[in-house]
Amino acid sequence: MNNKLDSNLIFDKSRTGRRAYAQAPSNLATAAIPASMLRTDKPRLPETSELQTVRHFTRLSQMNFSIDTQFYPLGSCTMKYNPRACNALALLPEFAGRHPLAPSSHGQGFLTCMYDLQEMLKDVTGMKGVSLTPMAGAQGELAGVAMIKAYHDARGDHERTEIICPDAAHGTNPATATMCGCTVVEIPTGAEGDIDFDALQQAVGPKTAGIMLTNPSTLGVFERRIKEVADVVHNAGGLLYYDGANLNAILGKVRPGDMGFDVIHMNLHKTFSTPHGGGGPGSGAVGVNDRLLPFMPIPVVGKSEREGADFYDWLAEDDLPQSIGRLSGFMGNSGVLLRAYVYMRMLGRAGMERVAEFATLNANYLAVRLREAGFELAFPTRRASHEFIVTLKQEAKTLNLTAMDIAKALLDKNYHAPTTYFPLLVPECLLIEPTETESKETLDNFVAAMLEIATAAKNGTEFKDAPYTMPVRRLDDVKAARQLDLAYRHEET
Amino acid sequence: MTELPGDLLYTEEHEWLRREEDGSVTIGITDHAQSALGDLVYVELPEVGIDVDQAGEMAVVESVKAASDVYAPIGGNIVAVNEALADDPEKINTEPYDDGWIVRIQPSDGIDEGSLMSPDAYQEFIDALDD
Repeated sequence: MNNKLDSNLIFDKSRTGRRAYAQAPSNLATAAIPASMLRTDKPRLPETSELQTVRHFTRLSQMNFSIDTQFYPLGSCTMKYNPRACNALALLPEFAGRHPLAPSSHGQGFLTCMYDLQEMLKDVTGMKGVSLTPMAGAQGELAGVAMIKAYHDARGDHERTEIICPDAAHGTNPATATMCGCTVVEIPTGAEGDIDFDALQQAVGPKTAGIMLTNPSTLGVFERRIKEVADVVHNAGGLLYYDGANLNAILGKVRPGDMGFDVIHMNLHKTFSTPHGGGGPGSGAVGVNDRLLPFMPIPVVGKSEREGADFYDWLAEDDLPQSIGRLSGFMGNSGVLLRAYVYMRMLGRAGMERVAEFATLNANYLAVRLREAGFELAFPTRRASHEFIVTLKQEAKTLNLTAMDIAKALLDKNYHAPTTYFPLLVPECLLIEPTETESKETLDNFVAAMLEIATAAKNGTEFKDAPYTMPVRRLDDVKAARQLDLAYRHEET
Repeated sequence: MTELPGDLLYTEEHEWLRREEDGSVTIGITDHAQSALGDLVYVELPEVGIDVDQAGEMAVVESVKAASDVYAPIGGNIVAVNEALADDPEKINTEPYDDGWIVRIQPSDGIDEGSLMSPDAYQEFIDALDD
C-alpha cells in the first residue's frame, strides 16, 4: 500500500499542453465579466491527461479512511452512515439549481422543506423556535452564547459575564464563551461522571450569564441531576446552553427543552446524518425557548397566508429587530439542510426513537464486550449513553501500550481509531462511539481486533511504530503542528 | 517514576518553584506534567513586567494532545520569561527543571509555603492520582 504515495503531487505530473477533457469545465461564460476584470495570465494549474487525473484522485480517495469503507468509532463525532437517498433528493435539479436571491414565490418548495425542518427540530428538542442559519457546530455555539448575552443585555443585566463550563466540556465551549466576551468558570466532575453539584452551587451568582452543558456528557454518561442543575442556574438568573454534540443518544426519548435548557445547538451533520468531516459543510442549527425567540440569528423561515394558501418567506431584520444578526451570506448550507430534512422525513417520529435505542444498545454492547475482554472502563458503574470511555492507564504502565499505540495499531486492522486523549480528565483514554448504523458482526470484529492488539502487546510486541501498512507511517505530531506545509511551491523558472 | 529535584517546591497544579538568590522565584511544570501532556508544540508566555494574581492564568502550554493553562502559584511581578521556549517548546519535555523553566516572578507577599508541597508530598500526591 505504501506505493500509493508514488509521485503523489499532481503538480509533479503536470506537462505543458496536457488536457483532461472530461474534468475540464465547458462553456465558461465570460461574456458578463467586464474585460478589465478578466485575468491576463493563466492560473498555474496542473496540466494532466484525463487518465492521469482519474488515477490521481481515485488513488487519493483510496488512501482515505471513510465511513463508506471502514468502521469509524470516533467518539463524540457520531460517524454514522449517511443514507444515499438524502443525497439523491437534495441534488434534485429543482433544489440544486435554485438561486438564493430568487424571490420567495419562486422557491416555495425549498422554503416549505426548511419551514418543516425547523418545526421537526423544535418538536424533537422541545424548543420554541429554530434558526437554521449557523454553518457549523462551533457557529451554532457562538450564536447560542451570543443570544444569552443579548438576552441579559436587553434586560440591562450587563454584569452577567460569567459562563460556567464543566471540566469535561468540549474545548469549543470555553472558546465560544471567550469569543463572546465572557469569562469562563470551570467546575469539576465527580467520580461517577456527573458534574460536582456543590461546586456548581458555589460557582453561580449575580455574574452568572449561563452554563454550557453537554448531556449526555463527553464522558458518555447522562447528567442525572439535570433538573436540579437547571433550577440552580435559573434561580441565580443564568440561562442553560445545551451542546447538541451528543443528541444522538436521546433523540426522540428525552428533550433538552423539557430538561430546562434555554438554548441548544444541533449538529445536523452528526445526529441528522448529513456528511461531515474534513472541514466540509456542516450545520449547527440553534433552538431556543420563549425567552430567546427575539434574538435568533436571521434569516428564519416564516409561514403566513397569501391568497388563501400557505406562503413561506424569509423573516429578517424587520421581523426580528433584536436578532443577533446574520451568520452566513444566505441561510446556512442549504444542501446540508435538505439532506437533514429528507433523513428526518424518512425516519419519522418512531424512527428517531430507534436511532437513540440502537445507538445506546450498540455502545453498551461494545462496552460490555470490551470489559469482558479485559479492558478497563473509565466509568464502570454507569450505563453508557451512545459512547463510552476505555482507559489504558494500566496497559500504558505495565505493557508500555498507550492509547495512541492502540489507535495506530487499529489502523493496521482496518479500523478508524476512536477519539484519543479526550476528555482530558481520563488518562490514556479512548472515547468510543459505534453509532446505531453498525451491525453486531462489525462490533464483534472490532472487539477481536482490540483483543489481538492487547494480546500481542502482552507477548512482547511493540506498537510504537504502528501503523505499518498505511500510506504513511507514524506521523511526527510535533512537526505536523509546528511546520505544517500544505501549499505547493512552484520551482521558479 | 518521575524525576523530582529535592530543592524545589511543588503545587497541586503540577508546577515547581525554585527560590533564587535575588528573592525571585523561577517556575516551571513538573516532569509528571510534561509526561501527561505529551510533546509540546507551543508555549504562550506572559509579558515581562506585568503583575499576576495567585492562581491566575499566566501561561498556556499546548501539546499534541491538549492545551492547558499554567496558573501562577504565587502572586507577584513577572521579571523574566523563558523566550527560548517560543522556538523550542520541547525544552519543557526534555529538561522540565532546567532549560524548560517558564517564568520568573518577584513575589509581592513572600511565599506561602503552607500551600506548596515538598518533593515527598508531591510524590505522594501524584501516586494517589494514578490509583
